[in-house]
Amino acid sequence: MSKIRIATTSLAGCFGCHMSFLDMDERLVALLEHVELNRSPLTDIKHCGPCDIGLVEGGLCNTDNVHVLREFRDNCKILIAVGACAINGGVPAMRNHFTLRECLEEAFLNGVGVENPQIPNDVELPLLLDKVRPLHELVHVDYYLPGCPPSADEFLSVLGDLLEGREPALPKKLLHYD
Amino acid sequence: MSSLNRTVTAEQINAVIADAYSQSNHLLHILYALQQQFLHISHEAVCKIASHLGLPISQVESVVEFYSFFYGTPRGSYNILLSNCTSCGYKAGGENLLHMLCHHLRVVAGKTRADGLVSVDETSCIGMCDHGAAMLVNGTPIPRLDAGKIMRIADLVETETPLANWPAEWFRIDDNIRNSSLLLKNDFAAGDGMRAMLARNIDGTLAEITQSELRGRGGAGFSTGMKWKFCREAQGAAHYVVCNADEGEPGTFKDRILLHSHADAVFEGMTVCAFVIGAEQGFLYLRGEYRYLLPQLQAVLAHRRELGLLGSSILGQPGFNFDIEIVVGAGAYICGEESALIESLEGKRGVPRNRPPFPVTHGYLGQPTVVNNVETFAAAAHIALRGSTWFRAVGTEKSAGSKILSVSGDCAAPGIYEYPFGVSIQQVLDDCGAKDVQAVQVGGPSGTLINPVKFNRKLGFEDLPTGGSFMVFGQGRDLLAIIVNFAHFFAHESCGFCTPCRVGTTLLKNGLDKIASGHGTPYDLDEMKRTGALVKRRSHCGLGQTAANPILDGLQRFPQIFEQRLAHRNFEPNFNLDEALEEARLITLRDDAEAHLEQEL
Amino acid sequence: MGEEANTITHNTIYIDGQPVTFEAGQTIMDAAFSAGVYIPHLCHRPGLTPHGSCKLCVVDIGSRGVSFHNSDRRVQTKFSVDIDGRSVSACTTPAVAGQQISNNTPALNEVRKTITQMLFIEGNHICPSCEKSGDCTLQAMAYHLGMLDGHFPQFFPRREVDASHPTVMLDRDRCILCELCVRASREVDGKNVFAIAGRGITAHLIVNSSSGKLVDSDLETNDMAAHICPVGAILIKEHGYEVPIGRRTFDLHQVGEIGLEKVILANGHGKYATPDDETRHARFPVPNPLPQAGEGANESLREFHVNVRHTDE
Repeated sequence: MSKIRIATTSLAGCFGCHMSFLDMDERLVALLEHVELNRSPLTDIKHCGPCDIGLVEGGLCNTDNVHVLREFRDNCKILIAVGACAINGGVPAMRNHFTLRECLEEAFLNGVGVENPQIPNDVELPLLLDKVRPLHELVHVDYYLPGCPPSADEFLSVLGDLLEGREPALPKKLLHYD
Repeated sequence: MSSLNRTVTAEQINAVIADAYSQSNHLLHILYALQQQFLHISHEAVCKIASHLGLPISQVESVVEFYSFFYGTPRGSYNILLSNCTSCGYKAGGENLLHMLCHHLRVVAGKTRADGLVSVDETSCIGMCDHGAAMLVNGTPIPRLDAGKIMRIADLVETETPLANWPAEWFRIDDNIRNSSLLLKNDFAAGDGMRAMLARNIDGTLAEITQSELRGRGGAGFSTGMKWKFCREAQGAAHYVVCNADEGEPGTFKDRILLHSHADAVFEGMTVCAFVIGAEQGFLYLRGEYRYLLPQLQAVLAHRRELGLLGSSILGQPGFNFDIEIVVGAGAYICGEESALIESLEGKRGVPRNRPPFPVTHGYLGQPTVVNNVETFAAAAHIALRGSTWFRAVGTEKSAGSKILSVSGDCAAPGIYEYPFGVSIQQVLDDCGAKDVQAVQVGGPSGTLINPVKFNRKLGFEDLPTGGSFMVFGQGRDLLAIIVNFAHFFAHESCGFCTPCRVGTTLLKNGLDKIASGHGTPYDLDEMKRTGALVKRRSHCGLGQTAANPILDGLQRFPQIFEQRLAHRNFEPNFNLDEALEEARLITLRDDAEAHLEQEL
Repeated sequence: MGEEANTITHNTIYIDGQPVTFEAGQTIMDAAFSAGVYIPHLCHRPGLTPHGSCKLCVVDIGSRGVSFHNSDRRVQTKFSVDIDGRSVSACTTPAVAGQQISNNTPALNEVRKTITQMLFIEGNHICPSCEKSGDCTLQAMAYHLGMLDGHFPQFFPRREVDASHPTVMLDRDRCILCELCVRASREVDGKNVFAIAGRGITAHLIVNSSSGKLVDSDLETNDMAAHICPVGAILIKEHGYEVPIGRRTFDLHQVGEIGLEKVILANGHGKYATPDDETRHARFPVPNPLPQAGEGANESLREFHVNVRHTDE
């Protein structure tokens, strides 16, 4: 029988949620008997095919994030916002205290150790949004998996519920934002 | 702008404070004097006031930041505020007069022009709804605005013509009384009510007020006689009478007429109350938008003192001492809430108190206080003179007497209409010449939005209680735009004390903006219902408890105005994607295809 | 009717049907507190003047009570009609004999969750970057109410940070306007270090000093106002990470535990609880066993999709 197809990606995040996902360690083996990974940094598949579940880490900080999230929403039956950044912008959203110009000037013109100061403007680069935003401000998100990062147990709890065909209900003991 | 800052010396600030203090020690009045003189209230001035009045710096600062008419940075020598009300607002005539004026004066709304000459901004309803679009220039109202007048005003500003030399006709404000009943039809000579009161003595007067079944005219309708009785019986070092003349509900202007042409009845009603409850001090809390009435009101008070109707041993009665001070607000709708008003009277931010205790036992300075509406006091004076039977002869079983309505919007004859309680909406519409009516907003944005099938409903505490605002919207009006306007109003006027109102009114405003701009989905409508219900039920005071009314009424009675604006998708982003890239495009000078995003795919 | 029965009627309220006795002058919150009944709250702290602003303690009063204790009985009786059958703040509403109060109901906890979400999205609550994480009552409240996300669009306000004071830090991003610091400074410390300025969504915490900065205020490290902040807006410098994440107050306790104020206060003064094995393991339990292959897992997932779509409509 066919396996549940899962895609994962990290937008404006740190891949910490992915690392935490891998913290399942040997339980990954049991999981992979039920699921197969589609687009994911773990498979290096570049584009999403039709999937059952999309796990998205990180918020939205640039045009590429917008395109990728839309691809996930279009292809995944269930979309899960994974981790603090996906849910409320997280640490990257701390740049929202400043204007984009202030951020770029500090990073590329006035910062310590900057050589050949210039703000990058190559058309190959994704353009930055004025603010970092959570996923649910762009697309409908089905479920949220909080934590920085969510623990491997949290991933298992939610995936286990979905595999069993249950509405995911995170046990309170697993709920944390840090 | 900053030149103004530099030229102000500490001595000048101190001199203005000392001068203002010599006339009134009320914080709002001292702040007003500084605002007038220096066009803003600097942090230095805040510190000096604090030291002069012996208040914490933070208290003065918090008050400056609370009230709309105080500014931390300099405004223009001409500070122009256009009403944004749906009846007397800058869009009331169809054109956008705010944009027009800003364009002529080359100024950005909300920002003072670089030369410091002028600033233009919008403000909540200024109570000129029967006069068309209206503005305040340095606090003085100019109604009946149109495109031509806006151009002339821009010229007068540019030529730095003093306000005194602007056409006097522009400042004329009429009473526009279209229909009269108990209060507006009958003459009232100063002192007559009080002489009748003295003849009846305290118990007799209170009994008369109680038997009249007069209920508060602000809209809540609490029994006036009972309120006075509770206050009279409450223990306290002093008792106070407060007249709530902070008529801020958009579409309401009846107090303007009562204070302009019937001030004696209002003050006399306050004095009758003082006699009953044993107060020696009264306050009239006048909304800042009506400051232009102040000289005339002061003159009425002076005259009443000359007549022995205020002061010591009033009308020769030993021990009957009472006087009235006028405190002028500074642009905060919430101060119409009685406990917020009391906070403001005490020189604080207008934040509603927890109740109980109620003002009748713990009001101004923690002492027993009666707070009544302007119209309630005027009615009380008439009742003192003419008796409860006269009053009860009109109205309905639970709503004795008459109600003064402020009728505005799409009708031939906007103005003041006084009716016996029980009048139907349709009757009012017929009388004011309203045709092809789409909806009526009774009681202002915090009241009820009525659709035509309910125009047989009657005004009164049994059916439709109202503070008096009666706004008519014709078929040509964009009703959703009206509801959006109201949502902006509440978000602007929320005091910020409790979470549901502070955050909820802004969520409602943002959600409605999204829907009105064509980016709403059925999900967003559900969100409005859910958030609206929570704000209504869980907010701290009447502001929050009514802020969602226009939205909830609209969704229930005019669902099509929302639905026809919906995007036919399951989900729409909560922000404008391409706008979110504008800053980056400007910085990188990019405008290639990849430097843009479609709002939806 | 015996005297005993009268006593019960005269000084008893009912919270979710459970009788709770009260003394004259107590609020619903006071009475619940004494009886060990938890009513969620953020802006309330016994000993300080009740505030009633956060609205986490909203309860529904279902039936009218008549006061036998209030000296001004007439007023009480009359005005209790006003609050009859309505939503009130437990921390500011007097207990009145016979009140039937709904508190721990799914509907009210849903309202409280929404209010908590409002508090999160109006500020900048980036838990992973906050040294109060784990000791934060707002966060603990969100855990208590099962909040997974902020639900609403984030406001992302730009608020001022004040690091001027040598020992105390003020980060307004995390301020929830509960005014505990305002009241602690005024009522306990005998100072007036803090106030709220502005209005509506722009309301913000200000400091009482000529410069508006903390360094020029009267605030001292040992003031209650420096320690009472339920979130990470007011922090004592250089002590932020003395207790590691995972061993902090709300890693070991639930916000609804009665008597927790003492624990928080103790923690605020550098005495920290140590985790026992049970609570430490609570955070990292053995996971649910996954379904074995061939148990029709995929079918049930598809069924789940159908159900979800169905209930959505």
